[in-house]
Amino acid sequence: MITLIPRQSASTGWQIATPVMAVLATMVTGGLLFALLGHDPVAAIRTIFWDPLFGPAASYSRPQLLIKAAPLILIASGLAIGFRAGIWNIGAEGQYIIGGLTGAAVALALYPLEAWWLFPLMVAAGLAGGWAWGMIPAMLRNWFGASEILVSLMLVYVAQRIAAWMAFGPMRNPDGMGFPGSRNLQQYPSAANPELIAGTGAHWGVVAAAAAVLATWFLMSRHIRGFHIRAAGTAPRAARFAGVRPQTLVAFCLGLSGALAGAAGLFEVAGPAGQVTDKLGVGYGFTAIIVAFLGRLHPVGILLAGLLLALTYIGGELAQLTMSLPAATVQVFQGMLLFFLLGFDVLTRYQIRRRRTA
Amino acid sequence: MIDPLSVFLLLISASTPILFAALGELVVERAGVLNLGVEGMMITGALAGFAAAYASGNPFLGFLVAALAGATISLLFAALTQVFLANQVASGLALTLFGLGLAAMFGKPFEGVKAPAMPIGPLRINWIVWLGLVMVPVVWWFLNRTRRGLILRGVGENHEAAHALGYDVRLTRLAAIAFGGAMAGVGGAFISIATVLQWTEGMTAGAGWIALAIVVFSNWTAPGVLAGAWLFGGVTVLQLRLQAAGVAVPVQLLSMAPYLATIIVLVAISARQKYSRRAGAAAPGSLGTNFHALR
Repeated sequence: MITLIPRQSASTGWQIATPVMAVLATMVTGGLLFALLGHDPVAAIRTIFWDPLFGPAASYSRPQLLIKAAPLILIASGLAIGFRAGIWNIGAEGQYIIGGLTGAAVALALYPLEAWWLFPLMVAAGLAGGWAWGMIPAMLRNWFGASEILVSLMLVYVAQRIAAWMAFGPMRNPDGMGFPGSRNLQQYPSAANPELIAGTGAHWGVVAAAAAVLATWFLMSRHIRGFHIRAAGTAPRAARFAGVRPQTLVAFCLGLSGALAGAAGLFEVAGPAGQVTDKLGVGYGFTAIIVAFLGRLHPVGILLAGLLLALTYIGGELAQLTMSLPAATVQVFQGMLLFFLLGFDVLTRYQIRRRRTA
Repeated sequence: MIDPLSVFLLLISASTPILFAALGELVVERAGVLNLGVEGMMITGALAGFAAAYASGNPFLGFLVAALAGATISLLFAALTQVFLANQVASGLALTLFGLGLAAMFGKPFEGVKAPAMPIGPLRINWIVWLGLVMVPVVWWFLNRTRRGLILRGVGENHEAAHALGYDVRLTRLAAIAFGGAMAGVGGAFISIATVLQWTEGMTAGAGWIALAIVVFSNWTAPGVLAGAWLFGGVTVLQLRLQAAGVAVPVQLLSMAPYLATIIVLVAISARQKYSRRAGAAAPGSLGTNFHALR
């Protein structure tokens, strides 16, 4: 008979080991899944996890790593702070879309003005849009006790429809011969979010993601607000006696994660995506949830997890091209990864003991 | 001329997927488990049911397979939360993300084919719609008038006390989760087999999340779930009617209506539960917390 004995505090060794175990288990299970679908499992795993970095077409795919990792890390950094406090923003996808729209709106409204302050203003608008969209569930929870999980998620569907409406209606390119989609911001020098160092894929979003990792590390380990957040997550009652106001934390966490997601949306619209379309949201907001958990809600972990999941995106696209694997393979991988991580996590919180049955 | 009866028939048909999923989730939550994987289980059922109905030519076999598929995938969540004691919110999200991916992956060969026709049941109402309506009193009766229902509610209200009385908390929750999965699977299959008659990726479009909101709206009762599902069905039908009537509002904005209505209803009911001078929310006491027996 096997029993679980709760640990006094989470085991640090297992906290680092379990994400690695989850990745390995995902590779093995994924390989079995590919074999089941009639593909060579070893080749498929190599195509997804190895070839994007070191394969024959790596010079093309390597810059993609930073392009895909930046929004994931930016969003996950914000989400992790809320998750630490038990505040579940799962609508980052919606905040990402709205941030992209508000940021692009500034550029489209001022077109064809050229000025150095245009791009910073767009970033500010993206941050504000995401923040505002995140504050809706925060306020509805604080005022009425509505679940922020359900409200933030519902707002994703609303945001997707606003994006579609914008792409087909108000933001449609007047010179676009009737095609849906806005002007291409990459062809608008003051509004574009260009590659800063040629061949690396690094744009301003990558800079912002790096800054977010540093800032959230500082917040969580050096700032009183971070201490309050951690206290509210582990011992809500004690935190309340210590003067932590839950309503302030809800507004802070949802607002911050919304703003970061909004900025990620703006960097994408002005950079890699280039324009507002009805397909503005590509799932970064949901994948970022996995990044946050896989990174153990820790800034450094999130950095590594973001890079790994970016790799699965690129590898998935590569496998789609070279092995004609279905596009959804990546989603399945990401879901499996989270499953394994949550399962293995029992090792960090419990000791496994064998009990003799009398 | 709008025929009220035909509008009503559209309404109960539009509310059926949500009704199934929400009734299932109601039982799960009354057992003290919050399963946010409803969307993932629904899409799994939508695909598995559609595939089985298409392959066999029998839509009812499709619903049976959908129930089995929904229950099977829900066991992943059950294993994580009941055996490995993982966080329920995160595990439910994982189930949704995994289910959406899995269905998209295996659904490719079924894109573009049509489902076999459903035979029409009594009073021009689909048999599965009838089944959904019958399940409302059945779930109510089970929860409130049977011994097993009492045990299930006890487990959900206070798992420590239920365990001390000698009831198997884990087994009760396992059974509830599997039931919830089967119901979500049938709800999802209703969308693919009886409404859209096709398989498309992501076709549940948030229905699972709306079902979760309706459980809150219902104040954790079966009749409340029916009311919530009908309210949602009404908004959907109204929105489609307005689209068809060519109202001068962009289609994309009209199609937001179900989601906005869900938020409004959720806020209204949460506010009532929060500020009402009467008992307030009837949420099960142990909802969302894991149980670990040391002895």
